[in-house]
Amino acid sequence: MNLTLKIWRQAGPDAKGSMETYPVSDISPDMSFLEMIDVLNDQLVRDGKDPVAFDHDCREGICGMCSMYINGEAHGPGRGVTTCQLHMRSFSDGETIYIEPWRAAAFPIIKDLVTDRGAFDRIIQAGGYVSVNTSGNTQDANALPIPKDNADKAFDAATCIGCGACVATCKNSSAMLFTSAKVSQLALLPQGEPEAARRVQRMVAQMDEEGFGNCTNTGACEVECPKGISLENIARMNREFLKAQFTSEK
Amino acid sequence: MTVLDSKIPQGPLKDKWTKHKNDIRLVNPANKRLIDIIVVGTGLAGASAAASFAEMGYNVKALCFQDSPRRAHSIAAQGGINAAKNYQNDGDSTHRLFYDTVKGGDYRSREGNVYRLAEVSANIIDQCVAQGVPFARDYGGLLDNRSFGGVLVSRTFYAKGQTGQQLLLGAYSALSRQISKGKIEMLNRHEMMELVTVDGKARGIIAKNLVTGEIEKHGAHAVVLCTGGYGNVFFLSTNAMGSNVSAAWKAHRKGAFFANPSFTQIHPTCIPVSGDHQSKLTLMSESLRNDGRIWVPKNIEDVKAIRDGSKKPVEIAEADRDYYLERRYPSFGNLVPRDVASRAAKERCDAGYGVNKTGEAVFLDFASAIMRYGKTEAHIQGLHNPSDAQVRELGEQVVRNKYGNLFQMYEKITDDNPYKTPMKIYPAVHYTMGGIWVDYNLQTTVPGLFAAGEANFSDHGANRLGASALMQGLADGYFVLPYTIGDYLADDIRTGAISTDTPEFEEAAKRVQTQLDAFVNNNGTKPVDDFHRRLGRIMWENCGMARNEKDLKQAIADIQALREEFYKDVRVPGSTKGFNPELDKAGRVADFLELGELMCLDALERRESCGGHFREEYQTPEGEALRDDENFTFVSAWEYTGKPSEAKLNKEELTYENIELKQRSYK
Amino acid sequence: MSKSAILKSSLAKKYWMGFTGLFLCVFLLGHLAGNLQLFMTGVEGQFQFNEYAKFMTTNPAVKILSYVTYISILFHAIDGLILTIRNAKARPQKYAYNKPSANSTWASRNMGVLGTVLLAFIVTHMTNFWAKMHFSEVPFMTADPEGKILEEPLKDLHTIVMQFFNPAENSMALVAVILYVVSMIAIGFHLSHGFQSGFQSLGFKNEKYKSIIDLSGKAFSIVVPLLFAIIPIYLYVIQVM
Repeated sequence: MNLTLKIWRQAGPDAKGSMETYPVSDISPDMSFLEMIDVLNDQLVRDGKDPVAFDHDCREGICGMCSMYINGEAHGPGRGVTTCQLHMRSFSDGETIYIEPWRAAAFPIIKDLVTDRGAFDRIIQAGGYVSVNTSGNTQDANALPIPKDNADKAFDAATCIGCGACVATCKNSSAMLFTSAKVSQLALLPQGEPEAARRVQRMVAQMDEEGFGNCTNTGACEVECPKGISLENIARMNREFLKAQFTSEK
Repeated sequence: MTVLDSKIPQGPLKDKWTKHKNDIRLVNPANKRLIDIIVVGTGLAGASAAASFAEMGYNVKALCFQDSPRRAHSIAAQGGINAAKNYQNDGDSTHRLFYDTVKGGDYRSREGNVYRLAEVSANIIDQCVAQGVPFARDYGGLLDNRSFGGVLVSRTFYAKGQTGQQLLLGAYSALSRQISKGKIEMLNRHEMMELVTVDGKARGIIAKNLVTGEIEKHGAHAVVLCTGGYGNVFFLSTNAMGSNVSAAWKAHRKGAFFANPSFTQIHPTCIPVSGDHQSKLTLMSESLRNDGRIWVPKNIEDVKAIRDGSKKPVEIAEADRDYYLERRYPSFGNLVPRDVASRAAKERCDAGYGVNKTGEAVFLDFASAIMRYGKTEAHIQGLHNPSDAQVRELGEQVVRNKYGNLFQMYEKITDDNPYKTPMKIYPAVHYTMGGIWVDYNLQTTVPGLFAAGEANFSDHGANRLGASALMQGLADGYFVLPYTIGDYLADDIRTGAISTDTPEFEEAAKRVQTQLDAFVNNNGTKPVDDFHRRLGRIMWENCGMARNEKDLKQAIADIQALREEFYKDVRVPGSTKGFNPELDKAGRVADFLELGELMCLDALERRESCGGHFREEYQTPEGEALRDDENFTFVSAWEYTGKPSEAKLNKEELTYENIELKQRSYK
Repeated sequence: MSKSAILKSSLAKKYWMGFTGLFLCVFLLGHLAGNLQLFMTGVEGQFQFNEYAKFMTTNPAVKILSYVTYISILFHAIDGLILTIRNAKARPQKYAYNKPSANSTWASRNMGVLGTVLLAFIVTHMTNFWAKMHFSEVPFMTADPEGKILEEPLKDLHTIVMQFFNPAENSMALVAVILYVVSMIAIGFHLSHGFQSGFQSLGFKNEKYKSIIDLSGKAFSIVVPLLFAIIPIYLYVIQVM
């Protein structure tokens, strides 16, 4: 396959960026999208040019590092896949492919396609945990039965890989799907109950402080999420927050 | 020859850890505030250790090269985590887990360490559940278990095919809690470039800020390496692209012994290489071997027909298929341990029976499982005389429920439907049992330098059992290091903060800067990956699933030549300032180029076959691994003397007081 | 924190949006019930409609409700504006190439535009009917359908409506019908997203209720605007023929 790539190039956080055009040839349909970029970068280095910087690590769809906005969609046209799991057979010979970084005020660009997603870490730090020390003296794991349905739903919410596709795809750059996934996971489990009110309030406050937009329920995040995190989690967080406002005494 | 003191406590096996905990020194809570610890790496071991240290009151700095601690490669572990809970009442016990692990490791691990691992395993599950890790449960609300290769009980706890992710996010949440309290300073996108020792003790590190390119000096009273394995020396592996040996290697060059570097685990069920562009390999969980049957055609004509596409695998008659694992190992069949299954696949492919265009793939076939489950399901649903199509459909549904996400992953990557045609699989580098030598306290041969998780060598001997890596990482981080590090730090309560304005730090920083400058000013012609791929090929062909003296010697010469060429001809674009991933890669590959040689040297010196290490010269007439307990029941701990080729071998003799050494047999 | 959170938090803004929106849906139902009386012809219809109009403008409970409605509309519009501005700030640099149609409906992405159209409609609508009824000279109905003289004459809103959609009385009648129908289409789209979105924002959606809420939303967004839109067409047609 021969392709034309239009890629966002930006030398640094404060530099002005622009879309640049690169042709690539002899691309195998069996390649992953990132392997196609590897081919381009190999060529750029050999030509003495600056290779395209992009985030990637596990290349099996679980670390959440890869993050390209391909042809107008987060992680490209595939469903339930990260950029690294997207294969070139999803494209046709001669196609022009647009590649951009996640765009959000809360995710400033470091270089080219690499952004700083530290805001997600700070949201988790605001309360996305159960306050238990690692003593090893907690009660026996089976002393606390948890209904299977709740455990399964908590698991589904917990499969979020924190890639940021939800923010990238949301027209408002809202981080509701990400934040609600963690709030939901812990709200569904008895271990998270004692801190539920404090957790949702703090996490939402941090989310707002980071400069993400508001959720307008377009549902785009759910469609583009590589792990299929459900919008139900957002509803659950809305419920938890409302409950916290009315029930907390502070 | 240096006598290595493993510091295994005296006394009966089951009392060692308790006794040791009672005997070692503690640090007063007020004094913990005066002590700084650096933790490098935030996978299961690193995140759990950093969180635990911070909870205890130490000041912690944690580093990861990724953009967030949550992305460490522990996240990719699929199958599960072992723990001797005996919830299934099937006869499991601490002793049985200990025994299985030592046997699975082909009797090349330390009894004391492994027993401790088995002992604390149950606590890990309690701890993780308390943190809100959503393990699989049954309808009664209690935890579910499954079985894994090489054992006779169900002791594996799991969260679908994403157990590593859930455990890591649990540890990450504990870490995040301490970051929010200010007890941990988290340095994302930072790579350790050098270990700094002062008066022979580890007193800090030189780190590079990967965003700005700045070289930073960090002082501490102890340094803990939780930097994972070095499987990426093979270029193609199931490791993440960024996984590297550099931190461990830098420590090795500063005096930390490197143990059993040649012990690598080649996982039998991975998706085969599809072409030269391949950048990494994807694992398919071991659990697939419960139901899948592995085969290649009996006749070479069929192999050719499959390769050129004139025949489909389903068209090969049952009688013309060679289910070679069932043929060779009738009692364990498709469920032989990983090392055995991998070697058997290689044997068939080397004989010319590989079923894809590269000749390096075998079939993993679910057809008979689908029909078997389908028949059972038809019975359950009360269908009499169901048609084959009906049975197949019902069976596919059962298989989908069990392995759906794995089948989907396979189809995404290969564009083949594994319900209709057999999967193609081939072994791939997965885990490294070798690592930095540590004693019972997880301290390396450099005082004040500790190593945990896959980065150390301690628990898995020559072959790791499935679902034991997660167990070891968390055991080290949550339950071992928090105790043992105090024993060392008790001497440091009056030391005061470690100053980084010392000649030791200055020199180390300068050395790092010099190397970086050399890379960007090299004006070579080939990108870093070019060399990495070539190194990988040398390693895979000569130090992979089967090794022999001639090839290993050749490999050592080849690696030396490649290393020389690398320094002459590598091209690193950009500058040392700012974000420059190619520069970071260059540093890592430089270290792999030294490690690779040491691995070959270790493989050469170990003139026996054990676990993942198979020397062709040492096999039984049937082609099975032949261990030499008389001469090789020791840990090879390599000491750096200036060049990898001149590394000095130190031996830690392994003594087995509680387990009788036996030849493994799976026939 | 929590005291101000209910006002300042991004979630609180969405609660207000959802709450006022859903209240306005209820208002629409009430309004529609009144309008449907326009299908009744003759003096009886005229009388009943005017009686209803009087009730709606004089009953104290209804009065309070109507003020709540005005406030809701204002609040919904202002809150929406604030959200839109904040959301625009969250992505200062737009994508060079974007394909939102792949993952969301047009209506869900253009609630602001649709809302602006509706606000313009509401202003025109109120000028045409509500303001006329309150502030300008209007015809009166002095007798009930049986010919009995009323103690207090009724404002004849019915005639105002009929004349408004009668080309013989109002040269712009056809334009009015068309604009009215267009506005109802806008309402339909606004509701197609807004109805279920309100429930989502208030946290009512879950596995159990999702399908019923979504289905009701679809039905509401088609049926209600359709019925509203038929009325002016009907009035126009019967008066032309």
